[in-house]
Amino acid sequence: MSGILVLEQLLNGIGYGLMLFLLAAGLTLVFGIMDVLNLAHGSLFMAGAYVAAEAHTRTGSFAAAIVVAVLVTVVVALLIEVLLMRRLYKRDHLAQVLATFGVILVADDIVKMIWGPSPIMAPTPAALSGPVELMDGLPYPSYRLVILAGGVLMALALYVLVNHTRIGMRVRAGASDRPMAELMGVRVGRIFNGVFLLGAALAALAGALMGPIVAVQVGMGEAILIPALVVLVIGGIGSVRGAFVAALLVGVVDTIGRAFVPMLLRATLPPATAADLGPLFAEVAMYALMVVVLIFRPSGLFSARA
Amino acid sequence: MKFSSRTFGLGLLLVALAAFPLVAPLFGLDFYIGFVRRVLIVALAAASLNFILGFGGMVALGHAGFIGMGAYTVVALSDAGVMSAWILWPLAALVAGVVAALIGTVALRTRGVYFIMTTLAFAQMLYFVVVSLRKYGGDDGYTLMSRPALLPGLDLGNESTFYWVVLVVVALALWWLHRATQARFGHALMGIRDNETRMRALGYPVFRLQLVAFAISGAIAGLAGALLAGGNGFVSPATMHWTQSATLVVMVVIGGLGRSWGGPVGAVVWLVLEEALKQHTEHWHMPLGLLLIAVALWAPRGLAALSTKRRTAAAAAAVTPQGAAGSAKP
Repeated sequence: MSGILVLEQLLNGIGYGLMLFLLAAGLTLVFGIMDVLNLAHGSLFMAGAYVAAEAHTRTGSFAAAIVVAVLVTVVVALLIEVLLMRRLYKRDHLAQVLATFGVILVADDIVKMIWGPSPIMAPTPAALSGPVELMDGLPYPSYRLVILAGGVLMALALYVLVNHTRIGMRVRAGASDRPMAELMGVRVGRIFNGVFLLGAALAALAGALMGPIVAVQVGMGEAILIPALVVLVIGGIGSVRGAFVAALLVGVVDTIGRAFVPMLLRATLPPATAADLGPLFAEVAMYALMVVVLIFRPSGLFSARA
Repeated sequence: MKFSSRTFGLGLLLVALAAFPLVAPLFGLDFYIGFVRRVLIVALAAASLNFILGFGGMVALGHAGFIGMGAYTVVALSDAGVMSAWILWPLAALVAGVVAALIGTVALRTRGVYFIMTTLAFAQMLYFVVVSLRKYGGDDGYTLMSRPALLPGLDLGNESTFYWVVLVVVALALWWLHRATQARFGHALMGIRDNETRMRALGYPVFRLQLVAFAISGAIAGLAGALLAGGNGFVSPATMHWTQSATLVVMVVIGGLGRSWGGPVGAVVWLVLEEALKQHTEHWHMPLGLLLIAVALWAPRGLAALSTKRRTAAAAAAVTPQGAAGSAKP
């Protein structure tokens, strides 16, 4: 019985981790290549979730909703890139934090103007609303399986793109040593545009997929940005492989922490103390993990520049 | 006589601020006594952040955590029945300072974006610690029964009296911070910001200096938190949310990094704009966001630097062919 529960939570954790990976992959490449800290990445995630929810309600097709969400978000990202990010490449991190924090404020208000301040419903596709019996005694929501499959698929595609194509080679070259790559004739600026848009598409996909299982609301971008940044730092800046390992680690640690630490505490401590400490440990686990990793590996697990 | 004109201006500002609670009721602006008090306190918090961010070059994204530590120290002591400001405020500063020192010992071993993220991570941990403290209201926050007691016969429950006490404390703390940046300590800190390797080679204990600065900054933020708690009569974890830390960074950058008035100027500009926009529109985030983008693109050294920029640009044009230096990539 308990083994089944662990398995179920493990699957939830991996699903969450894969979604974090979709966000962190874009962040880590943008950061790794252009040294740009983009706090507005979470806003692209939010844009994806809102547009997907809206499109899904209107068209009734989940696949169409995802496509529309990705396309709209990529267009938004293109605007941000052309109007703002290009001017920020050569600036210090502080100017980037300032400007992209400004983008967060603007994006939140635009969303509030269009969809209002209260959360909206993102429908689960009807065909995927029921559970699937994965094994004896383990029914699992089929929609979460779709998230798992989508995440794995995208991770594989990214792996092939980054590690086994010519473009991917240039991306890696730009991430590990940008001036050298430029001297060798890689047009890093152009590569970066592509990576920024790819990152936006992945963030929108994560938003569209996550929409039905979380609250689609203003501020959801900021809420997921912090875990994504934690993943970025644990994995090592500029490394997609690092982001993948770190995202799964954070996803599983976070989910397992939420599910089992309170249970363990209840078994060993007085109920009142356990009720206080349980949520605390669950929330803090991810950050503690990051601090421990940074103490032993100050530039993350797989830094591209190491 | 630059010195005396500066002193004169400061004196005038202090007199104007001190007279505000007397003048405001005449124009029916009583509400703004509380607002100006809050601006003063936030100005102190921003100045404390500027101490490490602007003068020390440490981009800390967790300063709201220290404000929260100060505020929750007041909550915990008040809950235990301590009412004296002489105990509440120094202890709030002390607790926040000690927490900052502990965090600094780990965070200051990292550099660049890893430092940003480590300070953020610790602030998030503090945030969730406070959320889990059900005794002090958890997520919902804690309402303080009454204002602290300072001196017999001095009723801090009176808005004007509390305002004046805050004004005195904030002015003294700002003055002390300013002195610290002028002292050898402050210059060593700026030296580390500009060239850490050289300072190390010169024999300066870089880590210890940065740690002391980090702890001082945390302690003063804690004091600001205690004043904020006393003024609002209410403390909630929202004070410690990471966006609050980001807003403080934003204030410092808007005001001017590493300029003695940078923190206060930024806090005043930000809070006044926020208040003014809130009265006109529900969507007050957007103009502020656009302002941030504009500042980041066109005034990266902050508003306080704009006048100096013009002056130094003119001076530089007269002396050397090169203009004022822009911010270097860290």
